[in-house]
Amino acid sequence: MSQVNRVEGGQVDRSKEIKFTFNGKYMRGYAGDTLASALLANGQTLVGRSFKYHRPRGILTAGSEEPNALVQLRSGAHQEPNTRATVTELFDGLAATSQNHRGSLDYDLMAVTDFLSPFLSAGFYYKTFMWPKAFWEKLYEPVIRSSAGLGRLSMKEDPDTYDKGFLHCDLLVIGAGPAGLSAALAAGRSGARVILADEDFTPGGRLNSETLNVDDMPGADWAVQAVAELSAMDNVRVMTRTTIYGAYDHGVYGALERHTDHLANSNGKPRQVLWRIYSKRAVLAAGSTERPIAFGNNDRPGIMLAGAVRCYVNRFGVTPGQQVAVFTNNDDGWRTAADLVAKGVDVSTVIDSRDAPAVLDVPGARHIRNAAVMDTVGRKGLKSITLTNDQVIPVDCLAVSGGWNPNVHLTCHQRGRPTWRDDISAFVPGADLPVGMTVAGAANGSLTLAAALTEGRAVANELVKELGFTASRKAAPKAEDEPRACSPMWHVKDSTKRAWVDQQNDVTVKDIKQSHLEGFRSVEHLKRYTTLGMATDQGKTANIPALAIMSEITGKSIPETGTTIFRPPYTPIPIGALGGRARGKDFRPYRRTPSHAWAEKNGASFVEVGNWLRAEWYTRPGEKGWRDSVDREAFMTRKSVGICDVTTLGKIDIQGKDAAAFLNVVYANAFGKLPVGKVRYGLMLREDGICYDDGTTARMSENHFVMTTTTANAVLVFRRLEFVRQCLCPDMDVHLISTTDGWAQFAVAGPNARNLLRKVIDDAHDISNEAFPFMACGEVSVCGGTPARLFRISFSGELAYEIAVPARYGNSMIEALMLAGAEYDVVPYGTEALSVMRIEKGHAAGNELNGQTTALNLGLGGMVSSKKDCIGKVLSERPELNREDAIRLVGLKPVDRSLKLIAGSHFINKGDEALMANDQGWMSSVAYSPSLGHSIGLGFIKSGHERYGEIVRAVSPIHETEMEVEIVSPHFIDPEGDRLRA
Amino acid sequence: MIIDHPLLGPRDAAEFVYLGDASLIDRPDWQDENAAEKFYEYGYLRDNPAGEHQELWYHEQGDRSWLVVTRNTLTHSITKVEMARDVARARGRSK
Repeated sequence: MSQVNRVEGGQVDRSKEIKFTFNGKYMRGYAGDTLASALLANGQTLVGRSFKYHRPRGILTAGSEEPNALVQLRSGAHQEPNTRATVTELFDGLAATSQNHRGSLDYDLMAVTDFLSPFLSAGFYYKTFMWPKAFWEKLYEPVIRSSAGLGRLSMKEDPDTYDKGFLHCDLLVIGAGPAGLSAALAAGRSGARVILADEDFTPGGRLNSETLNVDDMPGADWAVQAVAELSAMDNVRVMTRTTIYGAYDHGVYGALERHTDHLANSNGKPRQVLWRIYSKRAVLAAGSTERPIAFGNNDRPGIMLAGAVRCYVNRFGVTPGQQVAVFTNNDDGWRTAADLVAKGVDVSTVIDSRDAPAVLDVPGARHIRNAAVMDTVGRKGLKSITLTNDQVIPVDCLAVSGGWNPNVHLTCHQRGRPTWRDDISAFVPGADLPVGMTVAGAANGSLTLAAALTEGRAVANELVKELGFTASRKAAPKAEDEPRACSPMWHVKDSTKRAWVDQQNDVTVKDIKQSHLEGFRSVEHLKRYTTLGMATDQGKTANIPALAIMSEITGKSIPETGTTIFRPPYTPIPIGALGGRARGKDFRPYRRTPSHAWAEKNGASFVEVGNWLRAEWYTRPGEKGWRDSVDREAFMTRKSVGICDVTTLGKIDIQGKDAAAFLNVVYANAFGKLPVGKVRYGLMLREDGICYDDGTTARMSENHFVMTTTTANAVLVFRRLEFVRQCLCPDMDVHLISTTDGWAQFAVAGPNARNLLRKVIDDAHDISNEAFPFMACGEVSVCGGTPARLFRISFSGELAYEIAVPARYGNSMIEALMLAGAEYDVVPYGTEALSVMRIEKGHAAGNELNGQTTALNLGLGGMVSSKKDCIGKVLSERPELNREDAIRLVGLKPVDRSLKLIAGSHFINKGDEALMANDQGWMSSVAYSPSLGHSIGLGFIKSGHERYGEIVRAVSPIHETEMEVEIVSPHFIDPEGDRLRA
Repeated sequence: MIIDHPLLGPRDAAEFVYLGDASLIDRPDWQDENAAEKFYEYGYLRDNPAGEHQELWYHEQGDRSWLVVTRNTLTHSITKVEMARDVARARGRSK
């Protein structure tokens, strides 16, 4: 196909030809084209099918407001649906396909829906698919889903990368049109740090689409010169292809930079970057958007906005048609006619709804005043228009102008409301702007060129002065103000045919009338009932005409009718960009323990615990499943000695004269009298009396404690400790540091633990049972002088220690411990064996400290000191939490020892029906005990401490199982604690 | 949002953790005769004003200060930022 619609001029680079395909057809364009301008150049006016009626559609606009020309870009996993052709920069090899048709674009099988349109009006789904109810899931929804919608997802993982970034500036200028460039120049010259962002790939805004002069040169040339000056300033960052999509609190703006979308191949660079911009002040210079006029069959390919037609001719050197008519209610539409004629395009007619003389001289064109377009003909492309005076005019392109709306969107993102200006028949920004924002140029209702340039400069000068800079005295760029008078006409009332208001969601004037008749009278209801303005274009060309039509029906004024609320994003943002790099395995960073590399080499399999990766077990050759490894690790630890990396437990260093008093506040049990060199188990409550966390705290010296927390709660406990320190006890002399990452810590457990440690701990330290008994702690050194801390604590119930060394020695420490333990057949053990042994010992863990249980429930009721206050003390005394029949932690054994207990089972007394009303409690943790040779469990059951020996049923309706279990003490192994004191 | 930290200057709200009503500073005395009632109110009852609200923010990704931020819940405008410790002392939490 040749570029039949190319005319001379424009800012495309004709020396750089670009090949692309549309629906597989090869076409050519030039560097600087958008996909839309290139399609028009090739005479391709039909580009898609509409959402609901599958009507043939063309290109309506030349910007990001486009409702119709949505295409699918690229192929394979890179495929991207619903891309606006009007903002897609052409690149070599670009492959675009049209959307929403079955069969070819020209012969869409679904076009039958258009003939069914009398039955498909507003609220159609709500009324039609209500009954029979069962049909929805099986019939209606699948049919609707397959026939509706626009583009298709590739259903493959997105192969592109996205980044996020942060920028700071004194002044953010949003939009690089005349007002924005003028503002950025003024601010840049003052020395302020400026960011100038524009969604287009060529800055200049409407200057590129017009034939107006600035400083006695063509506006587009002036824009190039202005950008050159700005780019040369160190304090100015010019960001093209960057949409400021949201105005957030306190001068924070969201921006999406399309980094490599305009390239055939991103070459590993991020496709898009999501910026968070921190600004002290912002100038919104977002320009204005032209609005259409609704008339019969106004959605045919070839019917376009007048400003867009002018843009294609002036900027891209493309005429959208060979025989053009202009339909306008304002002066600005006339410039389209004049500019087209200047390029040699045949403009046969200018239809002005006003009864007024010609605004401009348009050679060769008839001026029909006081008339409107009533209907059009041409299924796949416009052929003729019929006027209100019944005159039929053959055209292949109709340029429509209904006036211009300031782009107030970002002014409303903090719930500001726009105000109506009668003189320009449009909403302008209201008084309630986001903090730090000022609006300039067309976005502020200053729709003419000289006004925009002057206002941009003036606003920027004011703002930089507020920030302490000296404003440049350089005058505003010179230009003329063009005629912009407008006499509103929203729709052609005489027209009886369907007249589209929202082309993307196929909402017509009739739908708006009907919605009103059915009682949907607020604009918010109108929007939701008809879906007007709810498509990907968010009604940029549709909302104001719809409001105006609504106000005609209700007899209220437009400002009384009000607007719907604009919310971010201004234009669509890919989910990928919002996710950035945080996807898949990079969703959040992993924390690795100091022995991670060693564990990997030794067959460890890892499990996520919080952000940590912990070894869950170490597989040895010949082991067939995880149970083989876990059983061996638990068994060998109890038989001889095992080592487990417990670095992930939270560690908090607590120092100060009031450290002990502080611990008394945060722990339920007392710490004041803990001797130096001793460790104590501590239990923390929530303020509501429920257990929160537990751990051990060691007193290293009079005013120095080392606390451990559970892995999962390390951050939360530290946060709470700081709260208590700063907000509740502000004058306590106590200081906290999180040292979780600072120390590598290993549990060494089993009858040979001391023998093993004796070989690595330097001889100067006596660790005999007498010198270093159960719950002792102290500073030691290992391997000839490496500083270490030793704690004689036991989670496994064995003779056990935890030894901590500075994290950088962690890898060496595990190697030294394993080497020293070789003669005792030492095993490394993971979190699973750890768990088996703590269940055997009846120690509570996360399953028991689940946010529902009290100290009493856990059998630790005596720990809540009655002599002192602590977090949670008062509310833990509430009667309901202290009922006679409160649940208690118990051990459970299956009566048939060959059965496997199921965690989550609920306990029902023998003879009772398995109902919630008969619920006695639940099984919280289960494990296979290699020492006992059968399954064991921990659980909570009413008055459990008085029921040892009783048989109840453990019922799991989810697993559809039930079995008899015996209630026993939770201490399955060594209940007297002889081993850990050995 | 930007929180103007009394020590560190303006910082993004993303560096902070939100806790809630600054009345959490006013923890009752455990030996008060109506301690149970007072702790119930302290633990469960909060005002939810449409307008000015004093609330606790923790600079977790920063210097670990707890701050009392006076913020308008309708506009998000922040009129005052104080060190929670100073507020606690002013409210009589010194020993």
